[in-house]
Amino acid sequence: MNKPLRRIAIFCGLLVLALLVRDNWIQFVQADELADHKHNRRVEIARYSQPRGNIIVDGKAITGSKETNGTDFKYKRTYTDGAMWAPVTGYASQVYGATQLENLHDGILTGDDDRLFFNRTLDMITGKSKKGGDVITTLNAKAQKAAFQGLGSKKGAVAALDPRTGKILALASTPSYDPSNIAGGSKKDEEEWKRLDEKNNKDVPMLNRALRQTYPPGSTFKVVTAAAALENGLYDSVDEKTNSPLPWKLPLTTGRPLPNEGNIPCENASLKLALQVSCNTVFGKISDDLGNEKMIEQAEKFGFNETVDTPVRTAASVYPEDNRPQNAMAGIGQASNRATPLQMAMVTAAIANDGKMMKPYMVDKLRAPNLNVVEQTEPDEMSRPMSSETANKLQDMMENVVEKGTGTSARIPGVTVGGKTGTAQRGVANSEKPYAWFISYATGEDGSPVAVAVVVEDSQASRGDISGGGLAAPIARSVMKAVLDSEK
Amino acid sequence: MSSSTTSTTTISTAGPPSRRNTELAMLAFAVIIPVFAYANVGLALSDEMPSGMLSYGLGLGLLASVGHIVVRKFAPYADPLLLPLATLLNGLGLVLIWRLDQSERLARTAEAQGFAYQASAPNQLMYSAMGVAFFIAVLMLLKDHRILQRYTYISMAGALVLLVMPVFFPAKFGARIWVTVAGFSIQPAEFAKIVIAVFFAGYLMVKRDALALASRRFMGLYLPRGRDLGPILVVWAMSILILVFETDLGTSLLFFGMFVVMLYVATERTSWIVFGLLMSAIGAVGVATFEPHVQQRVDAWLDPFAVYDTGQGTEQIAQALMAFGSGGVMGTGLGQGNSDLIGFAANSDFILATVGEELGLAGTMAILLLYGLIVERGVRTALAARDPFGKLLAIGLSAAFGIQVFVVAGGVMGLIPLTGMTMPFLAAGGSSVMANWALVAILIKISDTARRPAPAPAPSPDAEMTQVVRP
Repeated sequence: MNKPLRRIAIFCGLLVLALLVRDNWIQFVQADELADHKHNRRVEIARYSQPRGNIIVDGKAITGSKETNGTDFKYKRTYTDGAMWAPVTGYASQVYGATQLENLHDGILTGDDDRLFFNRTLDMITGKSKKGGDVITTLNAKAQKAAFQGLGSKKGAVAALDPRTGKILALASTPSYDPSNIAGGSKKDEEEWKRLDEKNNKDVPMLNRALRQTYPPGSTFKVVTAAAALENGLYDSVDEKTNSPLPWKLPLTTGRPLPNEGNIPCENASLKLALQVSCNTVFGKISDDLGNEKMIEQAEKFGFNETVDTPVRTAASVYPEDNRPQNAMAGIGQASNRATPLQMAMVTAAIANDGKMMKPYMVDKLRAPNLNVVEQTEPDEMSRPMSSETANKLQDMMENVVEKGTGTSARIPGVTVGGKTGTAQRGVANSEKPYAWFISYATGEDGSPVAVAVVVEDSQASRGDISGGGLAAPIARSVMKAVLDSEK
Repeated sequence: MSSSTTSTTTISTAGPPSRRNTELAMLAFAVIIPVFAYANVGLALSDEMPSGMLSYGLGLGLLASVGHIVVRKFAPYADPLLLPLATLLNGLGLVLIWRLDQSERLARTAEAQGFAYQASAPNQLMYSAMGVAFFIAVLMLLKDHRILQRYTYISMAGALVLLVMPVFFPAKFGARIWVTVAGFSIQPAEFAKIVIAVFFAGYLMVKRDALALASRRFMGLYLPRGRDLGPILVVWAMSILILVFETDLGTSLLFFGMFVVMLYVATERTSWIVFGLLMSAIGAVGVATFEPHVQQRVDAWLDPFAVYDTGQGTEQIAQALMAFGSGGVMGTGLGQGNSDLIGFAANSDFILATVGEELGLAGTMAILLLYGLIVERGVRTALAARDPFGKLLAIGLSAAFGIQVFVVAGGVMGLIPLTGMTMPFLAAGGSSVMANWALVAILIKISDTARRPAPAPAPSPDAEMTQVVRP
C-alpha cells in the first residue's frame, strides 16, 4: 500500500504548494494593488490615524485635531472660527473628502508628501509616529475678522490683497458654514452636510463667493474702462473734458437713452468728475469709442477671462466678445461682464501698486513637522495692465471719489484712500435687487498695503438703501483699517 | 532522522529512539512563541504587557506539559512533531482570537446589530483544555488503534446520525451545520470527519481485495462490481445530500475527497481517482446549477469585488483579499492590522486573513507549512504503520486534515470558492478544536504503534547450546 501512499503524500504537498503560490500571488505580486484598492478602508483609517498638520494664520493655527471615539477614524478635524475661515481652509471631512487648502496641500498636512520623505524615514527610525506638516497662509487675522463681521448676516464676499506682493489678506464669504460640523462621520455630520447641500439650501453656504462666484461688477468696472481710455490715448488728462453728450443713446438701438443714477453733471464731464459721480454715459461712450477688442484687451491685462490659482482656483471673470450696445454696457460693468471679488481686488491692487499687478497667493510657505520650510512662495509679477502714469492718474481719480464722491464713507482720517462704488443691476429690466460693490485701497508711507473688494448681495435691505457707498464701503473701510493697524 | 525512517519500516529489536526529549524541547518553543506573540499584541494594542500574560503562558504550558507526560506514558514511541505542532497552532490561534476580541470595530458592529459582543478567547481556552482532555482520553483509553476496527459499522451509523442531525436545527449564517443545545452549538461534521474515517478504514480493509481485483475491464478502466460499488455510491449521494440540505460545500468535499484517497490507497487502482473526480464534477456542477447559495459563493469567488458595484452578496472575500494585500511581505505586526474589517467571521473562517495582514507573507507561509508538516507527519505515520487498518486510518485522517486546510485557506485566499469551514486549531470554535485534538491523538497513537520496537525474540536455549563449542 505504500506506493499510493507516497502519491497521496505528493498530492498533499501539492495542495500546500498551491496555497503557498496563491499566498505569494496575493501578498507579494498583487499586494500593492490590493492595499491601495479604492474599497480598502485601511487607506482612510491610516489617513485619520494621526492628527493632521495645521493651517496657520498670523502664527496661530486656525485648525486642530480632536480624538474621536466610536469610529474607525481616530482623529477628526476641528476649526477655530470655522465659519470665518471656511473660504480659506475649505474642509477636511472623514466622509466627504477635502476641498481648497485642505485638499490642495493634503500631502503636507497628512505627512504623505514626497518632500517629507526624509522626515518620515527619520520618524520611522526613531519610532515616532508620522506627523503632518503645516500650511502657513498670508492671511491677516484682523482683516479677516473685520471682513467677516462687516458682512455679518448679509450675503456677500470680501477679498483683500497686499498690492505690493499679491498676498491675500482677507477672504470672506457669507453665509458661511463651520467645517467642524461636517468633519466627522457621525449622524450629526451627515445631517449638517445635507442641510448645507446646494439642493437643500438656496443660500449655498459652501460656495466660496470671494473666489468662485462671479457678479456683474457694476460701476466699479469703470476704473478698468478709464484705464483703457488713458492707455489707448483716448484722453490724456483726467481733468480734460470728455466728448460726452447727455443724454447718450446706446449705439444701434432705438430705445431710451442710457440713464445715469440721478441728475448728475455728466455732460462732457472730465474723467475725474465722471468717476466721482459715477457717470454711466461717459464710460459707456468710452467703451463704445474704444470698441470691443480694445476693451477685452484691457480687461484681460487685468486678468479677466482666465482662472487664477491662489492656489485655490478661482472662477474666471468674464469680459466677452460682444456686439456694440452690449460692449458699451459692459464698459459700465453691466450686461455680460462678470467679475469675482478677487478679480476686482486685483484691479484695485494693480492701480494702487502703480500699474504692476502681482499674482495673488494665500500660501506663504509649507512647513515640515520639524519646522523646516518645504516650499516658500515668492511674490510674482503677473502682468502690467497699465503704465505707472496711468496708474497714478487713476489713483488721483479714485482718491477723489473717496474725498468728495460716492465713496466718502470709506474715508480714514490721516490716510489716503482711493475707492469706487458700484451698484450692479440684475435681472430682466432691472427687476431683481442690485448688488452693492466697493473697491478701494489705502496708501501708507511705503506704498499701498491693502486693496480690497467688497460685494454685498443683500436681499434684506430695501431697494433704495442698496448702494455700494452705503453697504459695502464701511466694510472695506474696516478691513483697510485692520490692515493698517497691524502694519504699525 | 534517516536512521528512524529506515528502521521504522523494518522490524528490529534495537528500535528507533523514542524522541520524547526532542518533543519536549520543541514543545517549549511551541509554548514560548505564542507567549511572545501574546506580549506583542498587548504592547501593540495598549503599550503595556497584557495582564493575563502569565496565566496564559502558564495555562498553555500546563496543557502542553500534561499532553507531553501522557504521551510519554501512553505512547512513548509516538511521532515527536505532532504534539508540538498542534500546541503551537492552538496557542497562536488563541493569541489571534484574543487580539480580535480587542477589536472595537467588531464590538461596535455587534452592538449596532443588537448582539451582545462576547470575547471568544476565554471560550476558546476552555475548548482547548477540553480538546487536550480529549487528546489525553484517546491516548489513555485507546490501548491499540486496531480496536477501532471492531466499530466499523457502528461508526457508519454514528457518522450518519452526526451528519443528519443539523438538518433538524435552524440555519446560521446561511449554512445548516450547527446543532444547538442549551446555548452550546457544536458542528457535528467536525467529529463526523473522524468517525467516518474509522468506518472507511474498517470497510476498505475488508473489501480492498474485492474492490481491487473483482472487476471488469471497460475502456481501459477497471469497473468494480455493483455490490462493491454500492457503499461508494451511498457515500457520494450522502455528501451531495449534505450539500443540498445543509448547504455545506466544504464538508461534502472533505468527505468525498477523504473517501477517494482512502479507496485509492486501499486498492492501488488509479481508476478510483478517475471515478472520484468524475462523480464529484457531476455532483458539483449539478448542485451549483440548482443551489443559489453555492452559486453565490462561486460568483463571489470569480469576482470578489463585484459586491461593491452590485451590493449583492458578501464583501468578506474582498475584505480578506485586501487584508492579505495590506499585510504585504512582512505584515503590519500583531495587533496593528485591521483584519476585523472582514466582520463577524474574522476569528473563525477568516482567521487566516488576520495572520496574512499582521504577520505578512512570511507568517502566512510559516503557518501553512506548519499545517503541511502535520499532514506530512500523518502520511509518514501511514507509511510506517504495519497494519492496513492503521495505514488507512492514518492516511484518511491526514488527507481529511490536509483537504480541510486547503479548502479553508484556499477559500479565504480566493483560490477556490469559499465553503465556510474553520482553520483547524487556529480558528475560534469548540467542535473544531476538540475534534482536531482527538484526530491528532489518534495519529499519535498509530505512530506509537508503528514506531514501537517489535518485542525481542525469546531467548532460545537451543541457540545457546550451539554456541558452545567444545574442543
